Amino acid sequence: MTAAVTPAAGPGRAARLVRRVPLHLVVVVLIVIWLIPTIGLLVNSFRPPEALTQSGWWTAIFSPSQFTLNNYAHVLAQSNITAGFVNSLFISIPATVIPIMVAAFAAYAFAWMKFPGRDILFVAVVGLLVVPLQSTFIPILQLYGPKGLNIAGSFLTVWLAHTGYGLPFAIYLLRNFMGELPREVFESAAIDGASPVTSFFRLALPMTVPAIAALAIFQFLFVWNDLLVSLIYIGAQNPDNAPLTIVVSNLVSSLGGGWQYLAAAAFVTMALPLAVFLALQRYFVRGIVGGSVKG
Amino acid sequence: MDQRLVTAIIVVLGVPAVLVGYIWLTERLLERIGQRARPRLRPWLWVAPALAFLIVFLVYPTIGSLIRSFQNAAGTKLVGLDNYTWFFTNDASLIALKNSLIWLVVLTGLTVGLGLLIALLVDRVRYETVAKSVIFVPLAISMVAASVIWKFMYDYATPPDPQVGTLNAALGSAGIAPVAWIQISDFSFNSILLVIVMAWMWTGFCMVIISAALKGINPELLEAARVDGANERQLFRGITLPLLAPTLAVVITTMVITALKAFDIVYVMTSGHFDTQVVAFQLINELYNFGNPGRASAIGIVLLLAIIPVMALNIRRFRAQEAIR
Repeated sequence: MTAAVTPAAGPGRAARLVRRVPLHLVVVVLIVIWLIPTIGLLVNSFRPPEALTQSGWWTAIFSPSQFTLNNYAHVLAQSNITAGFVNSLFISIPATVIPIMVAAFAAYAFAWMKFPGRDILFVAVVGLLVVPLQSTFIPILQLYGPKGLNIAGSFLTVWLAHTGYGLPFAIYLLRNFMGELPREVFESAAIDGASPVTSFFRLALPMTVPAIAALAIFQFLFVWNDLLVSLIYIGAQNPDNAPLTIVVSNLVSSLGGGWQYLAAAAFVTMALPLAVFLALQRYFVRGIVGGSVKG
Repeated sequence: MDQRLVTAIIVVLGVPAVLVGYIWLTERLLERIGQRARPRLRPWLWVAPALAFLIVFLVYPTIGSLIRSFQNAAGTKLVGLDNYTWFFTNDASLIALKNSLIWLVVLTGLTVGLGLLIALLVDRVRYETVAKSVIFVPLAISMVAASVIWKFMYDYATPPDPQVGTLNAALGSAGIAPVAWIQISDFSFNSILLVIVMAWMWTGFCMVIISAALKGINPELLEAARVDGANERQLFRGITLPLLAPTLAVVITTMVITALKAFDIVYVMTSGHFDTQVVAFQLINELYNFGNPGRASAIGIVLLLAIIPVMALNIRRFRAQEAIR
């Protein structure tokens, strides 16, 4: 499949360039396909609501006079938008760090320690991915309520809940990447007297950095974009702790429609997860594993 | 300083510290007990924090819904398997089952196939980060905003009105009559259109994970094979693909589950009309609109049972991985 687009062993620079044309063509076509809907949303986020229903977004490109910043101004002028942003940060960062740490230990045990019932237990853990979150809300609300832990409405409720909900995928992904590491590395470490703790921190963790980076991106993104879990555990009880997603959803429903605000809000809320994605790109480099396996 | 900021900092630094302290402490304890018991006890201590979270947040509520699935709408009396027989005998849920199967196959195929293709291709170009960001962006857009975008893509207006939908406008400029995309349920056409929205969002997910695995392949391995005269096709089939296989299995499993759980897009774009309902949508509908937690729980349990075959394949794969590594 990729044979036609290989850079290998071309007779010269020009020939190599020509052989790479199909590669660039395919990549660019895919990028354009992926961009069209996003550009549509971006253009619409700068248009007044009347224009949205009367003409397609592409017409605006040829008559830029209708562009307006009103949608963004309206979204950013919401009194609680800054508070929502700060709350989203407070919720998302711990809710990303905790499950990754908890999952890493469990994943290492599932990958490199032998114990009876391990496979069944692991499958049960991953199988929990399919549990509909909606079916967990009522029992967990009772647990958080005054008759239980009495922490309803606090950030702690969503930190714990997102950890619980995020763990099956986190363990699954990390166990897979840790399980792929070569046995010799751990065996030679054990011969040198390394304990499992040392092997975990010095070998397994550094060698799974790309997987941890990928996991961090997704866990952060899912928590950042989550509306449902925050709405259930924080929303009603404590509006002061409401994240950005709740602020945005109020914006839209209270105005009955408000699509143009939704488009603007989508780009406002998207900025940070995208920054996280770009910041973690540097961990996706070839050779992190290769280098540490050598010798 | 803001009290909440203090709490957040304590949590971000404190929780990892507590976890590391916990592992350190258990090692000290393990040193005191016999050599033989140590390797048997240690794994349980390592998985214990994760299990505690899972039991509280997922297992315990699932046991609750298992019990609830045998009760009537009000939860006042046991009805045996009635909720299950209802689900497998009414027309709406049979359509939902068929649609979910389409979602499962098409969504998984599209996202994993395209994710793999893109990860492999962008690995060879200099603008890799730009390309990956573009594919990743839809996942960062909230589900509701994504649905709104695609409403504009598939929008249909009864002719003399101008077409504001991107696809119909494109057809119009080519002189073709507009199509009421979302309303065509023949051959589940509209369900596939909804799957495309989801695939547009989730291909980035598959791409990022496959890309992480791709970067983990030792370059010396490929170099050695090249020196031995292998061509790129042989490299892909002989080295890259087998090394990616475990990761592909992970993304396939995750996407199968994502497909089974998908309901937001259906909810926002068609509200389940035009025969586009899926199993998870029926669950939400029973729970919130028809007020029947008994039936909703039964559907949840059906979903849980539906992935057992996928999980069985995962066990086989892990045993094979263990045998060769």
